[in-house]
Amino acid sequence: MLGQRPPPPAKYGGRHTVTLIPGDGIGPELMLHVKEVFRHACVPVDFEEVRVSAEAPEDDVHNAIMAIRRNGVALKGNIETNHNLPPSHKSRNNLIRTSLDLYANVIHCQSLPGVETRHRDIDILIVRENTEGEYSSLEHESVAGVVESLKIITAGRSRRIAHYAFRLARAAARRSVTAVHKANIMKLGDGLFLQCCKEVAAEYPEITFNSMIVDNTTMQLVSRPQQFDVMVMPNLYGNIVNNVCAGLVGGPGLVPGANYGHDYAVFETATRNTGKSIANRNIANPTAALLAACMMLDHLRLHSHASTIRQAVLASLDDPRTHTPDIGGQGTTSGAVQSIISHLSRA
Amino acid sequence: MAALGAGRAVARGLLRAQSLGAWRGLRAAAALRQIPRAKSENAKSEGTFQVTMLPGDGVGPELMHAVKEVFKAASVPVVFDEHHLSEVQNMASEEKLDQVVDSMKESKVALIGKIHTPMEYKGELASYDMRLRRKLDLFANVVHVKSLPGYKTRHNNLDLVIIREQTEGEYSSLEHESAKGVIECLKIITRAKSQRIAKFAFDYATKKGRSKVTAVHKANIMKLGDGLFLQCCEEVAELYPKIKFDTMIIDNCCMQLVQNPYQFDVLVMPNLYGNIIDNLAAGLVGGAGVVPGESYSAEYAVFEMGARHPFAQAVGRNIANPTAMLLSAANMLRHLNLEFHSNLIADAVKKVIKVGKVRTADMGGYATSLDFTQAVIAALDV
Repeated sequence: MLGQRPPPPAKYGGRHTVTLIPGDGIGPELMLHVKEVFRHACVPVDFEEVRVSAEAPEDDVHNAIMAIRRNGVALKGNIETNHNLPPSHKSRNNLIRTSLDLYANVIHCQSLPGVETRHRDIDILIVRENTEGEYSSLEHESVAGVVESLKIITAGRSRRIAHYAFRLARAAARRSVTAVHKANIMKLGDGLFLQCCKEVAAEYPEITFNSMIVDNTTMQLVSRPQQFDVMVMPNLYGNIVNNVCAGLVGGPGLVPGANYGHDYAVFETATRNTGKSIANRNIANPTAALLAACMMLDHLRLHSHASTIRQAVLASLDDPRTHTPDIGGQGTTSGAVQSIISHLSRA
Repeated sequence: MAALGAGRAVARGLLRAQSLGAWRGLRAAAALRQIPRAKSENAKSEGTFQVTMLPGDGVGPELMHAVKEVFKAASVPVVFDEHHLSEVQNMASEEKLDQVVDSMKESKVALIGKIHTPMEYKGELASYDMRLRRKLDLFANVVHVKSLPGYKTRHNNLDLVIIREQTEGEYSSLEHESAKGVIECLKIITRAKSQRIAKFAFDYATKKGRSKVTAVHKANIMKLGDGLFLQCCEEVAELYPKIKFDTMIIDNCCMQLVQNPYQFDVLVMPNLYGNIIDNLAAGLVGGAGVVPGESYSAEYAVFEMGARHPFAQAVGRNIANPTAMLLSAANMLRHLNLEFHSNLIADAVKKVIKVGKVRTADMGGYATSLDFTQAVIAALDV
């Protein structure tokens, strides 16, 4: 298809087209709020909406992937994965990430002003390998009652993610990169990952490199999270550390996440929850989705729009009356969004 | 508690003062794989948008006056940065062109009239119109041919979109005399530009909810050149499984357009064919005075007439039809996210035409341009 080169992104006359995948649970309502905020901020972005849900046939996912290939960028809610289906049924989310080769998952956990948490002054960038490791979907029953799951670690992909982390650290003027692993047990697999990180680190002498075993990392995170700067790790550890860190700064409703590949980028909330239990109750926290939309605007180089919206979101968090229940308030989603919009017009 | 509050205030101050610093991680993550580009901040200041205006030749200035009057009456938050560039009035120079380009760099959006190109050869093959297009890389021209309700023409209820590549093909400005009395004109078709226009057409169809794209070509004669164009369209079509794709040869396409234009939805074609089809299709719904057009590059959007003619014989006679330029201006407002004002103006224009009392001569009426503009202003439901 079009040789090896991806086609140019859908940007004409300064307006971008972005694929919007509302997903399940609270996704659709949050996406509506994102659209509303974009409209008020006069953001030159049009959405091409593609619906994918857990029950939908495989075709729908392929349509969504095709739509991201066309537009280059997507904003996405999480799609529920039904665990009762046969193993041939792959997670839709995983399918999207692997077929577009979105190898780097980046989340930025930062203490937000106005949100009370146990720890303060947290500012961590977590880079997670997103395409291999434990998520290879290679499992089989070798003998009755014995299941083998394959975890794949390759030198190429380990180096790629390490390079990404160090380039990110350099671009963001960070001082240190911590590789998280379990090489004391998985001496070959995680050993290779660690080895690759060490090799890559040698190319970035100005950035301190250190490594930490995953169990110790989680303990350090909950006791003294301020010691971390940039972290890089394989797939499953990334999943766990992402959730720990998101919890430290106030929960899944606050932290945005991004998945970058060489050609495409997909933006979503950091912890990828569907939030089914609070769907359609107007109590979901819109912060994470809106901040993810801001990351997307930064990716599209619409920096002024991104910072306007970001500042409005942060400023409205100062008012405890608009806090949703997840951060200890009694406000509603629409109340929070209204407050953000009123901050926008004041800006 | 007070200490906590103070800490928060400091953190907040930091976030506000240098949001770049506080969110450096996120921004850098985005910046990593992006090609660097000139500043991309939009020219929005205190709620108003700056738009470059280039009235051009012929009736252009009169039409722009109508646009300004209507914008004033509708309190549209747009300020025009007006530039004059004309080859026939000896008002064109490299400097002027650069000024226009600089203005465009800031405003990103322009409303322009036709810059007339004199026929005679004065040592420069490329016209200023073409040079502006090339400087801004305005590769895609879109003409939405739509019948206006209440105005009867031979074909009613027409609704088709013509998308034209307008930076290469026959308009390459590459001509030379290879031997005495023998001139060669080069038509250039490139893979990159053909892919780009094909993708534009399919993206447009997706965005506007259209169902079919037809590529117009002459690949039976120009097997390599137009063949490449056709092949690129086919490749791009694979990315859009929900949109039907077919092809048609240019001569047949012209005949089909006058016989049964309803079969078409979105048409995509190289430069010269686009020029011809634009004019033909504009004629089907009432002529150059009623069909708006627009041109796009990745960065810039230019709003203009669908069929670009200076209409010089009408200058100063107050008979030009402002419909096309007003509709184009309304499309421009939509592009700027000014949905409300856009609808306000487009609805007013359509209402005046539907009522049918005030029509300019080209639509079979007796009204002047000024009468029409006044009628539109009166029809604004502010």
